[in-house]
Amino acid sequence: MRDGLGRYGRVLLLGGTSEIGRAVLDALPLAPDADVMLAGRDVAVTRPGARSLAYDARDPSGHDDLVAAATAGGDLDLVIAATGVLDDQGAPSARARAVLETNLTGLVSVLAPLAEGMRAQRHGTLVVLSSVAAVRPRRANYLYGASKAGLDAWTRGLADELHGSGVRVLLVRPGFVHGRMTAGLTPAPFSTTPEVVGARVARALRTGRDLTYAPAPLRLLTPVLSLLPRPLWRRLPG
Amino acid sequence: MTRDRRGPDERLSGWGRTQPTWATVRTPSPGQEPAAVLASGPRGVLARGSGRSYGDAAQNSGGEVLKQASQVSQVIVDAPAGTVTASGGATLHEILQASLPFGLCLPVVPGTRHVTVGGAVAADVHGKNHRSCGSLGPHLRQIVLLDGTGRTRVLQPGPERWATVGGMGLTGVVLSATIALPRVGTSLLEVQDGRTRDLAGTLAALERGSADSPYAVAWIDVLARSAGFGRGIVTTARHLAADELPPGTAPLAHRAGTRLAAPPVPVPLVTPRTVRAFTAARWALPTDAKPRVARLGDFLHPLDGLGGWNRLYGPAGFVQHQHVLPLGAERVLEQVCRLLAPLSPFLGVLKRFGEADPAPLSFPRPGWSLAVDLPAGTPGLAAALDRVDERVAEAGGAVYLAKDARLRRDLVQVMYPRLVEWRAVRDRLDPDHRFRSDLDRRLNLSGAFDA
Repeated sequence: MRDGLGRYGRVLLLGGTSEIGRAVLDALPLAPDADVMLAGRDVAVTRPGARSLAYDARDPSGHDDLVAAATAGGDLDLVIAATGVLDDQGAPSARARAVLETNLTGLVSVLAPLAEGMRAQRHGTLVVLSSVAAVRPRRANYLYGASKAGLDAWTRGLADELHGSGVRVLLVRPGFVHGRMTAGLTPAPFSTTPEVVGARVARALRTGRDLTYAPAPLRLLTPVLSLLPRPLWRRLPG
Repeated sequence: MTRDRRGPDERLSGWGRTQPTWATVRTPSPGQEPAAVLASGPRGVLARGSGRSYGDAAQNSGGEVLKQASQVSQVIVDAPAGTVTASGGATLHEILQASLPFGLCLPVVPGTRHVTVGGAVAADVHGKNHRSCGSLGPHLRQIVLLDGTGRTRVLQPGPERWATVGGMGLTGVVLSATIALPRVGTSLLEVQDGRTRDLAGTLAALERGSADSPYAVAWIDVLARSAGFGRGIVTTARHLAADELPPGTAPLAHRAGTRLAAPPVPVPLVTPRTVRAFTAARWALPTDAKPRVARLGDFLHPLDGLGGWNRLYGPAGFVQHQHVLPLGAERVLEQVCRLLAPLSPFLGVLKRFGEADPAPLSFPRPGWSLAVDLPAGTPGLAAALDRVDERVAEAGGAVYLAKDARLRRDLVQVMYPRLVEWRAVRDRLDPDHRFRSDLDRRLNLSGAFDA
């Protein structure tokens, strides 16, 4: 249970190695004895006081076990969905499967039962990392954009379905975030850092918003860019 | 208090209004089969009284919450025997209304008379007379409990009764309780205020006052600088005998007191600035050198004069922190006061507790009890209170579960070393863990929520 000061007691980070996910975790108030679970392919990666759970988005056979392990022994107060890849190697079909399965199907496959569990317990917070690329895909990363658009749509629908249930759903749309995933790429305008994303999430949860952008100016810019005529949009870099 | 409602579902919070959760609220009808009363889903069931516990003790997120309809309250005073038998949902106010005309008072009354009998048993409440009278538990003649198997048990003195006293509602539903009532000549008290110059003076005056008078309490000022730190006003009181009253005074009149209602406020009115102003004003106002006469209610329940006063803390709510430190830990008490001082606590209330009762989860034990109210949004609050808890646990003290909203799980077992013993009895009364609460989920009192 969250305590009277709003601190989370049981927390699951999907994408345990995600820099953004960990920055969000660092930015949120946790109980001093919080049970923090990091779920990812690399179970050796941990943080002080946290435990690791095996989770491979692309291997659905382990998904039920993950959900069972994460919900055993108590209510989940917070789930941060940060699993994601920008692209992958190989043939177009392999790349498409890798990105869509990691960012969309393999993630929703565990988020859906976790959200159902939160609905039953009638409390909990779900933070889903989408992207501004979900709003208007760029030609440089439209596969990523397509996966995030699917996740984004699913999350918005979920938020409406859970409205009034006591469960909070926060959709996060960062722009270009500096980190391992984007190393070597030319930063898009209004690039930001995982820490800024974490701070934006913390602020959105404090103020009761259900959608937040990082950095803040993208909140106004993203809808404007999505209205640009396509001949103009195509001329923009990347 | 109820904020929202959706069919049978209500968003419930404690008196501090900090973490509301949704539950399905049912009001059992008087003739209903006990087993049907307990029909509950996977999230369990919990009895809720007036919602006066400060944290999440009377919440059951996603589960069922039982409330007794107010019109079915039963209060039966047995004047010759000096007892009252009241249904679990009856309030202490209803008992006092019924008993005072017979010259019978409640042995133990917390700071508000609006708590229910069930809630008072579940929290093993204490009052300003703890040193002389103890907490509620030892004054109970009988408890009728609906346990987790659907059985109605009449609890005689023994492990089941003591697990229910202070058991935070996790052993069952208190259907009724019989309380032994002390006889009083009047419903009036002689009250004496005395000022102290520093914390040592306050403790000394409270030590004396609690030994000499049935009621003793101190308001302490932890905002005062250096030398005056911990100065306070120590108030003692005793019941007046009928022959001490001026002729023509009705000795046993009980007036509930005209209640003003605090409005909901969009911004908190209790802030560090207003607390400082209030504290300064309280200190500046003169205190009577001579004893004054006070009505029972005005002395015992000063907070009941303003209805819904918890709303003054604004939408973010507040936490109350009450802990007890054993005798001899006065240095720790001072350290704790210094940890709390930067938070500008409101209403620092200090009491001298007497002997503990046999209930494993009962809060009071011999020593010093300090209670402070703090707005939930106070910067630095979480870290400061965590440190206070550590100090209290190290010193052999405890935090009051009925007030708690944010204790660390592992400290519960340190503060309540008989928790394991309590769990064993609790499991006998409720083997299927039907009784659940948000407090239990947070602190794992029952042991059912091990990670």
